[in-house]
Amino acid sequence: MSEVRYTDQHEWIRLDGEEATVGITKYAAESLGDVVFVELPASGKAVTAGGGAAVVESVKAASDIYAPAGGTVTSANSALEKEPSKVNEDPEGEGWFFKLKLSDQGEFAKLMDKDAYAKFVDSL
Amino acid sequence: MSMNNQGRPTGAGDPNRRRPIAPGTVTSEVLGTISGNKGLDHEESLIFELDHGAVGVDLPDVKVGDDRLGGMRRSARIGLPGLSEPEVIRHYVRLSRKNYAIDSGLYPLGSCTMKHNPRLNEKMARLPGFGDLHPLAPASTTQGALELISQLMNWLTTLTGMPAVAMSPKAGAHGELCGMLAIRAAIAARGENRKRVLVPESAHGTNPATAAFAGFTVDEVPAKPNGHVDAEALKAKLGPDVAAIMLTNPNTCGLFEGDIIDIAKAVHDAGAYFYCDGANFNAIAGKVRPGDLGIDAMHINLHKTFSTPHGGGGPGAGPVVLSARLAAYAPIPLLVADDKGLRLIEDMTAAPDGAKPFGRMCAFHGQMGMFSRALTYMLSHGRDGVRQASEDAVLSANYILASLKDVMSAPFGDGPCMHEVLFDDSFLQGTGVTTLDFAKAMIDEGYHPMTMYFPLVVHGAMLIEPTESESKESLDRFIHVLHTLSEEALAKNVARFVGAPHLAPRRRLDETAAARKPVLRWKPDALKQAAE
Amino acid sequence: MRYLPLTSDDRRAMLARIGAPDVDALFRDVPKSALTSLSTFHLPDTQGELEVERHMSKLAAKNVAAGAAPFFCGAGAYKHHVPSAVDHLIQRSEFLTSYTPYQPEIAQGTLQYLFEFQTQVALLTGMEVANASLYDGSTATAEAVLMAQRVTKRGKAILSGGLHPHYAETVETVAGLFGPMQRTAVTPGCAEDIIALIDEDTACVVVQSPDVFGLIRNLRPIADAAHAKGALLIAVVTEIVSLGLLEPPGAQGADIVAAEGQSIGNGLNFGGPYVGLFATKEKFLRQMPGRLCGETVDVEGRRGYVLTLSTREQHIRREKATSNICTNSGLCCLAFTIHLSLLGEEGLTRLARINHAKAVSLAVRLALLPGVDLLPNAYFNEFTVKLPKPAAPIVEALAVQGVIAGVPVSRLLPHDASVQNLLIVAATETNTDDDFDALVGALKGAL
Repeated sequence: MSEVRYTDQHEWIRLDGEEATVGITKYAAESLGDVVFVELPASGKAVTAGGGAAVVESVKAASDIYAPAGGTVTSANSALEKEPSKVNEDPEGEGWFFKLKLSDQGEFAKLMDKDAYAKFVDSL
Repeated sequence: MSMNNQGRPTGAGDPNRRRPIAPGTVTSEVLGTISGNKGLDHEESLIFELDHGAVGVDLPDVKVGDDRLGGMRRSARIGLPGLSEPEVIRHYVRLSRKNYAIDSGLYPLGSCTMKHNPRLNEKMARLPGFGDLHPLAPASTTQGALELISQLMNWLTTLTGMPAVAMSPKAGAHGELCGMLAIRAAIAARGENRKRVLVPESAHGTNPATAAFAGFTVDEVPAKPNGHVDAEALKAKLGPDVAAIMLTNPNTCGLFEGDIIDIAKAVHDAGAYFYCDGANFNAIAGKVRPGDLGIDAMHINLHKTFSTPHGGGGPGAGPVVLSARLAAYAPIPLLVADDKGLRLIEDMTAAPDGAKPFGRMCAFHGQMGMFSRALTYMLSHGRDGVRQASEDAVLSANYILASLKDVMSAPFGDGPCMHEVLFDDSFLQGTGVTTLDFAKAMIDEGYHPMTMYFPLVVHGAMLIEPTESESKESLDRFIHVLHTLSEEALAKNVARFVGAPHLAPRRRLDETAAARKPVLRWKPDALKQAAE
Repeated sequence: MRYLPLTSDDRRAMLARIGAPDVDALFRDVPKSALTSLSTFHLPDTQGELEVERHMSKLAAKNVAAGAAPFFCGAGAYKHHVPSAVDHLIQRSEFLTSYTPYQPEIAQGTLQYLFEFQTQVALLTGMEVANASLYDGSTATAEAVLMAQRVTKRGKAILSGGLHPHYAETVETVAGLFGPMQRTAVTPGCAEDIIALIDEDTACVVVQSPDVFGLIRNLRPIADAAHAKGALLIAVVTEIVSLGLLEPPGAQGADIVAAEGQSIGNGLNFGGPYVGLFATKEKFLRQMPGRLCGETVDVEGRRGYVLTLSTREQHIRREKATSNICTNSGLCCLAFTIHLSLLGEEGLTRLARINHAKAVSLAVRLALLPGVDLLPNAYFNEFTVKLPKPAAPIVEALAVQGVIAGVPVSRLLPHDASVQNLLIVAATETNTDDDFDALVGALKGAL
């Protein structure tokens, strides 16, 4: 059974057993506008919670994607390199960015759940 | 993710976005004419598509049989097109007519200073003694050029009240780099290791980019609600690891930072240096000397304040004036006078006593072609004309503010502005019109838009800089158009805004497609097909 | 003042609408102590066109223009004939007095020529992509080294001793902040053994061809050696006309080409403004500095051009930008593009052949003078000769006789005693047989 959590920087993270998948939320994808390029982390890269892990670019803005929790990158969604539009079309599905092996699942547990994130977005 | 909202929204959801026709296709259906042209506006192919093996120069066909090329002779054709002179001239004349220009209309780009470009400047720069002079010609044959540089240096140091100036930087950003490298050298000479540079959030993007480029880390200083830098927050950030602050004055909100002398003192007391971005010097030239404000280094955009033309994006020139604390670190080449006349010191090891140049910014001696234009501008204006130009620029911006603040929202409109006036998009809230739409509608009215979405400290920024070059009648016409457009937006008559411009050589362009699959050069059809 | 349209009446009416008593009321945020009076500035007052022209012409007359004497200076800036159409076209108001093309709907003229320029530069250098120009060849070289440092995530750059010394100093000043810069010894007329220096810490090797002494280098073995160690080859070209006749760096394995484009379309201008050419491989596109123009369509499907991939640049990335560069060399690259369009394939290759033939004929004559040795055995339109005496005083003496003989190497490397007898001589299509007679005769007399 997978579980999804959210950050106040508008990343989502879904935990399936040992492995977590990270992407940006629908709210973030809509705020960015048309995504034209993503820069993905290499497998094996160590990331820390809140540290930069990827970059997403629209025509006029470049934004860092932060790792919601620390760990090691196990794979990245290379389909985005050819089709960055997937981030706009399906941000919380096919538009995922990278997968992580978490070093501390406690960090995951501290993140916002779906309802908390929805309230957070409403407050913006 | 970092919600970087520095840019503007693009593409998505644009109701006017239609399915594109294949690139290059021009149909009479679209334009309504047989040729695809619209009166004086001609559709024009790429020069490569006009190739028919002609030649636009007459040169003898010299055979090189026994060459001395060491076996490195080119093995393949280059692939350049061949056209005659009349074809080349027509091609570029037609292209030129698709451009807006200050010569054809008011160009209110805030922070960019699109003022009149006198033609005398062009003529002087082309005198053979300047334009046809080699940078490494013997010193005895270049005394007039060195004298010109010396005279320009005197104008720049006198107007700024600073003791020294480095002339070689080739543009504003290059000047910033020069100033920051001088600061770096001065700190190193003190045996210190200061790494942090304070930059207000309203700064031009070049400031943080330059600081990083020069090996510093950037620490942002917030703006106060009144558009000024938060001097207290800035002072609180000062410390033994701070190398410098980079401040623009007048700032990018079009306001003079009145606390500047106080800030400079605090910066110096903390052992740091004060870099001033001189992009807006044109508001105060002849009125205020940056040297009196405690500034240590400031670049001067000769292409803005002293009207060497922008040329569609360059070339510029960015000499940097330096305080006594930084003067010794100016880069080579250095201009010195001795009994034989003026000469250049072009080598680090030959620096005179006391000079500790940090290095070299570029080959040769800087943008001489811009120096001759800037000096011509200065001599034409004189000190009185330079002062009057600053006053007229400030007067014109305030006239626009006074005439439009009843309909447009001026976040800092209570007091006077300097040479540019900032509006935000709060007056457009709920109208269905965005800053971008509003600006693009100006194109249909025959005006170049103002600077949009910059500075970042207000929402949907519109920054208008009229310069001193507009007559009152021209300003009144411009004000009338903006006033009426604002009323139209407030009345929710959105048709003229959404999807504008309708009447320009091109309508809105698909920047998303350009960035997703970059096409950065022409390729022959055969190559294109092979790639697909 | 002829450039200021506002009259005193206009100013009064405008102040009235603003509600300010005088213009100084608009400067109220300026500290009183900092507002100066006009008399603070010891500078002249307004002058008419005639007076200014007289002043500037007097200064210009103190210089000896390249076209006014038999002239042989090169070393990074070259005297070429520029067709009249070029200067006429670049002075059109719509090119001269427009800004950076940030509003593409009303800047297609600038954008289309930038796209043509990028294509021409890519074709000439044999590379896949080129940007819309940098300031000049030296700063383009520095940007190339910085880019190689980003791409390889290594710091060290190896600079050939044949790289123009001003270029090497520019690179060292900027890229030296991010890694060691190793300059090889100067070997005029010979290729140094640079391959042996490439190691696993090397970000790039920077080699100029033809080099500052005129020698044409074979880049292929250096490219192969660099690639074997994971380093990039940066090829520098200061005389772009040479690529009309020489194998382009792209065909020899270069990863980045940094070049000076002055020779095509642009005058000598005492060193600037010039136009920096920058080309690379498509795979490095995102690490490339400077403006880029790309093709797209408008909402009606018509082809058009925009500035693109600007997220690399300072106004978006701020402290994370690939470079702090903000301008290109707009009008100079327009001059380049128009001149190259006039030349075309046939014109450029003919021009290059003429240059080479002139240089060969002059080199042969100079080498016959007693005590004079020709150093490079392979060269394009420029070469170095070794004189029996120091070159700098000879150049000054010949200048007095009205012959500008070339660039003494000591001007570029004043601290190196081993090069003081060397003279760099360039010959282009602008030189006549009379020029050659004058140089050979004057040099013979001086030696």
